[in-house]
Amino acid sequence: MRKLLVALFGFLTLRKRRERRREQPPPEQPVLPPPDRGAENAVIVLLLLAGLAGAAFVFFYATSSIPHQTQWLGLTIGIALGLVAAALIVLGRTLLNEEESEEDYPPHEHPEEQEQIEELVERTGSRFTRKGLLKAAGGAAALGVGAALVAPAASLGPVTGTNSLYDTPWRRGLRLVDVRGRPFLADDIEEGTFYTAFPEGASRDELGAPLVLVRLDPKALRLPAGRGSWAPGGILAYSKICTHAACAVALYRKPTFPAIDPRPALVCPCHYSTFDPAQGAKVLFGPAGRPLPQLPLEIDPQGNLRAAGNFSGPVGPAWWGTHLRGPGNPS
Amino acid sequence: MRRLRLPLVLVLGALAITAIAKGQPPSGISRPSNETALSQVELGSQLYAGNCASCHGVAGRGIVSNTSHQGVGGIRGRGPSLRGVGAEAAYLYLTTGFMPLSNPGERPYRRRVLFSDREIQALIAYVASLAPGPGIPHVDPAKGSVSDGFRLFTENCAGCHQAVAEGGYVTDARVPALKQSTPTQIAAAVRTGPYLMPSFSKRQISDSELNSLVAYVEASKHPKDRGGWGIGHIGPVPEGMVAWAVAGLALVGLCVLIGERVRT
Repeated sequence: MRKLLVALFGFLTLRKRRERRREQPPPEQPVLPPPDRGAENAVIVLLLLAGLAGAAFVFFYATSSIPHQTQWLGLTIGIALGLVAAALIVLGRTLLNEEESEEDYPPHEHPEEQEQIEELVERTGSRFTRKGLLKAAGGAAALGVGAALVAPAASLGPVTGTNSLYDTPWRRGLRLVDVRGRPFLADDIEEGTFYTAFPEGASRDELGAPLVLVRLDPKALRLPAGRGSWAPGGILAYSKICTHAACAVALYRKPTFPAIDPRPALVCPCHYSTFDPAQGAKVLFGPAGRPLPQLPLEIDPQGNLRAAGNFSGPVGPAWWGTHLRGPGNPS
Repeated sequence: MRRLRLPLVLVLGALAITAIAKGQPPSGISRPSNETALSQVELGSQLYAGNCASCHGVAGRGIVSNTSHQGVGGIRGRGPSLRGVGAEAAYLYLTTGFMPLSNPGERPYRRRVLFSDREIQALIAYVASLAPGPGIPHVDPAKGSVSDGFRLFTENCAGCHQAVAEGGYVTDARVPALKQSTPTQIAAAVRTGPYLMPSFSKRQISDSELNSLVAYVEASKHPKDRGGWGIGHIGPVPEGMVAWAVAGLALVGLCVLIGERVRT
């Protein structure tokens, strides 16, 4: 509250002061100080350094192997913007001529004053001795910082080459194992709960590795066309990575009494995207734009759960090129 | 004499209302009048008939048709069957006040427990006698490890119950905080999966892991706020609000002060 009052007070006093300044008559004879080579050099150096810092940001953005990448990104873009600001401050404080004249002069009554003002405007840039170099430095800074601002758009994902989105560890015949590496038997999977599964012998850190497993009454399933055999015994496997922002789908809403309670659903805890496992993980609610990719399953003669192919669509968050290849074509 | 009449009428009226209120049973529960004289079995079956059977049906068979309620898959009904749920589920639903509900469409949330301890024991025994089912789980948080419990809670529970079990949301329902839950209630809930919560079998969470899990939830009831103000212990949202409302405002004030000094 007190700070609010201080802010209000500051605003009012500043306004008063500004009005007071407006009332002052403009000085009669503008005197321009001589050119300032030192300040000019400082501006050029600051601008070039800003461009260099912007280029460094692009470099750190492009090389993901360095440690503390996020911190380097923040540091370089911070330095770049800070240097641009510093260059503008030096420029404004030492090199630009500043004159205020607010009144309109009738063009023909005081021709001398009119000429004076025109001359002043013309001489505004006269304190620069190396305009070309200054412009080049400004261009370098704009290029470096601009590249730093535009480069992160590459993170919006592949636009044309979307095959990498289908690159997952899952192959036909791969067994499903739990977090301790024990294979899942089909009989282990109960209704009313959910399981996390991984591909046997493959990396679990990949986006395409983790699955969420649920069992539903086979009669209640309404899977999309062509997926009739994908859920043996009512066991369904979906990618555990939410198609909105790649959080782990860690919630399973399971009705105790289906007559009254909300229907079973997989829910992402980040933004509450809600998927219906009975309908091929159709989005019931939330920001996700497409269903969770489904993994076709099969049960081998020993009762083990195995993958029967790859996912029904690209795994992971909403990349730009996600929709290009169309849904439902496991390779 | 006439002056006395109005206060007298008021006092008598107040006494009469009090007497009527005292004569009524507590809200929602119907009890046998000779409750203390009944054995546990008789009390259990009578309480069940009076308070549970309208939704859960005769002898716990459930009522799944002939009502206006329509749920998932077009199933109609008032209440699920209680055959085979065992003492585990009965203990959980009755000691937390989840049951009885005032109408079948309501959601079971923690409420004031309306039954007495003896009545609860009688009802648990009655429900357990309907069909064989799991008993009340035994849990010993002293044997568990808080750090293991933290890992298990993060993997299995925190998605819904949130950091330090503060409670949260799942679409279409509220997820309760676990501050009031006793160790046995937590264990029974993990195994039973009340309302929309999934159940966790011993393959998913073993009994010794359950000890650790409960040890963590118990520890989370008194978090050590080393940073000072806990702000509800629910993480970045309230912390961000404090950052914007307090620290942001302070920064603006500071900028104004600096501006003042530069200009004068």
